[in-house]
Amino acid sequence: MKKSHLENCGNWFLDRFPLTKLWNDHMAQYYAPKNFNFWYFFGSLALLVLVNQLVTGILLTMNYKPDAGLAFDSVEYIMREVPWGWLVRYMHSTGASAFFLVVYLHMFRGLIYGSFKQPRELIWIFGMLLFVALMAEAFMGYLLPWGQMSYWGAQVIISLFSAIPVIGDDLSLWVRGDYVISDATLNRFFAFHVISIPLILIMLVFLHIVALHEVGSNNPDGIEIKASKDPWGHPVDGIPFHPYYTVKDIVGVSIFIFFFATVLFYMPEMGGYFLEHANFIPADPLATPEHIAPVWYFTPFYAILRAIPDKFAGVIAMGGAIVVLFLLPWLDRSPVKSIRYRGGIYKKAILMFVISFLGLGYLGMQAPTAGATIMARIFTAMYFGFFLLMPIYTRWEKTKPVPKQLTDQPTIEDRIPGWKATFCEMIKEVPVQKDGETVMRKRPDTSGIINVLIRTAKNIKASLD
Amino acid sequence: MKKLLQICLLLLVPLGAFASAGIELEDADIDLTDRLSLENGAHLYVQYCLGCHSTKYIRYLNLADDFNVGQQEILKKVAPKGAGIYDKMLTAMNGHDAKKWFGTQPPDLSLIARSRGEDWLVSYLKGFYQDLSKKTGVNNTVFPDVAMPNPLWQLQGEQKALIKTIDGREVITGLTITEPGTMTAKQFDKAVNDIVAFLVYAGEPAQVQRRSMGKYVLLFILMFGVIAYLLKKEYWKDVH
Repeated sequence: MKKSHLENCGNWFLDRFPLTKLWNDHMAQYYAPKNFNFWYFFGSLALLVLVNQLVTGILLTMNYKPDAGLAFDSVEYIMREVPWGWLVRYMHSTGASAFFLVVYLHMFRGLIYGSFKQPRELIWIFGMLLFVALMAEAFMGYLLPWGQMSYWGAQVIISLFSAIPVIGDDLSLWVRGDYVISDATLNRFFAFHVISIPLILIMLVFLHIVALHEVGSNNPDGIEIKASKDPWGHPVDGIPFHPYYTVKDIVGVSIFIFFFATVLFYMPEMGGYFLEHANFIPADPLATPEHIAPVWYFTPFYAILRAIPDKFAGVIAMGGAIVVLFLLPWLDRSPVKSIRYRGGIYKKAILMFVISFLGLGYLGMQAPTAGATIMARIFTAMYFGFFLLMPIYTRWEKTKPVPKQLTDQPTIEDRIPGWKATFCEMIKEVPVQKDGETVMRKRPDTSGIINVLIRTAKNIKASLD
Repeated sequence: MKKLLQICLLLLVPLGAFASAGIELEDADIDLTDRLSLENGAHLYVQYCLGCHSTKYIRYLNLADDFNVGQQEILKKVAPKGAGIYDKMLTAMNGHDAKKWFGTQPPDLSLIARSRGEDWLVSYLKGFYQDLSKKTGVNNTVFPDVAMPNPLWQLQGEQKALIKTIDGREVITGLTITEPGTMTAKQFDKAVNDIVAFLVYAGEPAQVQRRSMGKYVLLFILMFGVIAYLLKKEYWKDVH
């Protein structure tokens, strides 16, 4: 049969470009463990949010003016005059917060299932570089609306450079391009936010994924699926990424965009956490706001900075809080990857870490008081303790035997009947008088609720051993 | 443990101190789908506020479009004499004079509802009371020592603060009207509410559209999610 022109064109292309090979290597014949759970949605979601930020960012750039005299007005112009500008702007601002939420959960997944451990150290390093680039991207992007919080937040953070001995003052002057945050700063931040850092982000995402696909994905059991292969050389416990995980990730995407759209259409300011109230006042170099707080995703690190009495030491501690994350693969001495088979001490340590991180995040938003500073110091000690004591407590932890193959764990769908039963346990039917008739109504049952609480507490305690 | 408890108590102190600082904010009752309220608010705003405060991101044309009323009606009922439909809502007062008269330039109010919140605005506009130690003769419960005189005093009348001494500190527990204005309390509440409704609208004109289209977007995502879930189930049937 004679080949069509389209097919000929296609073949011409495929003879010159390894598209089939790329597709197979990374999608159709990339074997991923079949037991990915809830935590494994956040990688693909981070990629989705990145695309969202790039597309909406380009659209915003078409109407935004990086000029200290025009920036604030141009953002309001986008919000009011540009057709659908408000939607694009809210997608971008909500996307920034969603990006950090998704990335924090993605990193936490790595923490509990040991995805940073040998042989995936390099994936973790690329991931951490991505995190740092993302923080730079978010910090510089936040200056662009040129509101009071944009201005004074940037002023506070850049003045941290001046805490460095000897070169500090000159360095912060060089970074700002002026003695205060000004038009020069806005222009260079715009350049970084729109060109340099997005390029770095895209390159790092590429490296992150290439490195991942070289060694293969980790899984909730923390075992290497490549260790047991079938006669055709495919991992017994692996399934092709496409179509299995593409269709599964689409479900994750639809749940994610449901929440995303809820925020976007009904609470785009998120009570002042996503868009701070003070940022609706144009930047004024002569009026310092009484309370300067960074956006929620920076507050854990900001709280560490404020917890240390000395400014320079605080800067070191804040940087150190990120540097220790890079060292994680070498701090953890346990032979076991997944939290499922690790000893109780690591589980308790992770719990303490989560408490300290959330606690620091909360304190970073509050005005500093004496009590809050003490709490922030305790949480800072807990944060660093988790990492710096890790070589000690992981070396002697009592691990559980690791299975040879992936285990069957109940999925979310499997657990729904159990949740229903628990819910029914907390409710009882009581006769109620209504319009002279006695009808049965559902009311909360105290003894049932207490039973459920005790059982949950016992389960949590057992799961920490 | 005891120390930890003390620290936790210390943490609660600022919260308690905040709660007892005089009068709490009133609840604004704003309905942005109520065109008459918005139009009345814009009318009152032009009469009582625009003399000093611009709303530079809003044109009179926006009001006609967003309130669904004719341009002629906006020009006749809302806009000041001589304003054109394409004009921005700018004030006639110049900044230099303002600084001389009030010590500070009255801010543009386009985004005031987004930075202060509607409850604060209602409480502020209703919170003026007599204080002869001030240049303007009035002070405010939620914005102490504010430079602005009470522009609505003819409508509201004059208010006096009820002061109680608690722990050696003088605290304002409430306000009472000493000389009635041209409006009853109920009429005045409505007028203030309408002005604030206009300011909330001015803060984000797209918000009515945003909320009304949200439910359709969510419904679409929900249906998309169900189909995606069924597709996933179909593909994963043979994974064991």
